Amino acid sequence: MSARDDILARIRSALQDTPEAPEIPRGYRQDSGLGEDELVELLVDRLIDYKAQVVVVPEAELPATLAGLLAGASSVVVPEGLDGGWLAGFDDGDVRVDSAAAPLAVTELDAVDAVVTASAVAVAETGTIILDGSPNQGRRAISLVPDHHLCVVRAADIAGILPEALRRIEGTRPLTMISGPSATSDIELERVEGVHGPRRLDVVITR
Amino acid sequence: MSSTFLGMPSLPVFGSGNLHAAESFPKAAHRELGNAQLRANLGHATHTIRDKRLKVVSELPDWEQLRDAGSAIKQSVMARLPELLEEFEANFTGGGGVIHWARDAAEANEIVAGLVRATGETEVVKVKSMATQEIGLNEYLEEQGIAAFETDLAELIVQLDHDKPSHILVPAIHKNRTEIRDIFLREMPGADPELTDTPAVLAMAARAHLRRKFLTAKVAVSGANFALADSGTLAVVESEGNGRMCLTLPETLITVMGVEKLLPGWQDLEVFMQLLPRSSTGERMNPYTSLWTGVTEGDGPQNVHLVLLDNGRSAALADEMGRSALHCIRCSACMNVCPVYERTGGHAYGSTYPGPIGAILSPLLTGIESEENSSLPYASSLCGACYDACPVKINIPDILVHLRSVDVDSKRGKKKLPSQMDVGMKAASWALSSGKRLGLVEKGLPLGRLAAGPDKKITKLPGIAGGWTQSRDIPAPPSESFRSWWATEHKATEHKTDTHKTEGEQA
Repeated sequence: MSARDDILARIRSALQDTPEAPEIPRGYRQDSGLGEDELVELLVDRLIDYKAQVVVVPEAELPATLAGLLAGASSVVVPEGLDGGWLAGFDDGDVRVDSAAAPLAVTELDAVDAVVTASAVAVAETGTIILDGSPNQGRRAISLVPDHHLCVVRAADIAGILPEALRRIEGTRPLTMISGPSATSDIELERVEGVHGPRRLDVVITR
Repeated sequence: MSSTFLGMPSLPVFGSGNLHAAESFPKAAHRELGNAQLRANLGHATHTIRDKRLKVVSELPDWEQLRDAGSAIKQSVMARLPELLEEFEANFTGGGGVIHWARDAAEANEIVAGLVRATGETEVVKVKSMATQEIGLNEYLEEQGIAAFETDLAELIVQLDHDKPSHILVPAIHKNRTEIRDIFLREMPGADPELTDTPAVLAMAARAHLRRKFLTAKVAVSGANFALADSGTLAVVESEGNGRMCLTLPETLITVMGVEKLLPGWQDLEVFMQLLPRSSTGERMNPYTSLWTGVTEGDGPQNVHLVLLDNGRSAALADEMGRSALHCIRCSACMNVCPVYERTGGHAYGSTYPGPIGAILSPLLTGIESEENSSLPYASSLCGACYDACPVKINIPDILVHLRSVDVDSKRGKKKLPSQMDVGMKAASWALSSGKRLGLVEKGLPLGRLAAGPDKKITKLPGIAGGWTQSRDIPAPPSESFRSWWATEHKATEHKTDTHKTEGEQA
């Protein structure tokens, strides 16, 4: 018998008392009921708690804001689907475009100073931003290897709580949920920001 | 294929690997308790995490509803496990992944080593995984000439120190910052001799140490926190970004996961991603969670494998009282609140799974008669703090008591001579079965007073009762028993008592 058939037979045998599969009580909250202003305020509060830097700006000011946050960076990587106008203020910098068809090597990603991506949806209550690999968010590697991640979140994409956010995305895409810069609690259970992932996370919320 | 069982019931097949207490818990605990530094480190860490957990859990108005949902989802998964596994297999394979089934630790190790060998590589990077710890994968790979590099900070500390993990979430919880600094200085090539013991500085040293490995690794090995049956999606929950590095940059990804980790579908993730981070690190959300469904062209590993592991899980499932131990999502909240774990630490439990959950899971996976695992269900005061903390409401105290009875039953009739406990229980059964007999026994109370002597304390009992007096005295028994006092006191007023009784009944 193959291992597969063997294991499935063992499990069926273990369940010979045919235990009941209960109905799932889903009495937990399905949405937060918060308006856009409250959602923005809550998300900002949670991100700051994680030691991320957050700014809220009108969409028209996005290029200038990004340019300001990129001060000191000489190179930046962007996914191919990123709005070209966003980096209009970063004229003198070196902008590399990454795509699945023409991916940058890991060593190249390691050499750039920063990465700019959009995002799919955010969760205000937990301060979480979800990237789903859409063309304006790119391959998972580009938001991981560079040490500084600038992530743009549209106010309309902020959900109050996790169930609302997960309803808005396709679960079979390659997904990354990000809640603050990389961190560890492995030494005496004290949280320390900045380990292997980007040590600096800047979130720009546009409305 | 129908999921109804049609064949002959088979005997449970137990698991193997790093699941055993090699010495009995009381013996191991006695030794560990002698380490004052360990107790101080553990006390500090468990109290820090308890406070954090309570704070973030109290923020959610629907925490109890989430626990109820989590518990029911897991119960449903266990009841439907065969069909869910087949559904998951079809979807994972359809997404471009390859599934391997492993009956036990040895089979899983061989599969992983074979997959690594097929790539021609001799090094792998690893994401922290309880399943690979359980099967002893690193040790096996080393024998096969393959070096496995742990990338989680705490796992790295333990690996550099040639030590064993003592906690499922923070394997180096038994080390303080100064001890960790000393390990880095001793074992990490090129460590800065000026290294301080500030946690942030130590984290930076780990980053520098592992950076080149991440950027050049061709093969990664991971565990998984969740697997979604309806889509074939896998999820890894982590903090440092070492998980993302391993799951994203290499060409080949090999995941090892117990069969019980399944969730029916996407909607169930919203429950567990609220329960897990708050219960484990006491955060509203962990920094990074990665989800992947088979292979995504042009993004991440193109060669994706999953080893589905039984290793005693089917045997645990066969125990109707104990099967809910398989609901465990490895958050570690139970060990962080356990008064026993807090003092003995994780090494005393022997197994990969320490603390309250380990005290039930290890014997369920290996069978109660395996090595010293029968001592684990007694490693508890049954205070119930673990049950209160468990995000999926596993009734650990009830299962501990159940396993104690399994242990007693397994030993019944095997010993030629009755033990002190047997004799004591027999005597108690005789004495307590009638009032007359008890009265007779109580006539012996003055003997106890005699034994207590002038300071009115019994300081040392003989035999197994000696455990009680090891750390406390027993006050001298009274000169008269309550029953005999009652009899003399109420003889004269018998009539009056009867009147009261009648009045009470009328009211």
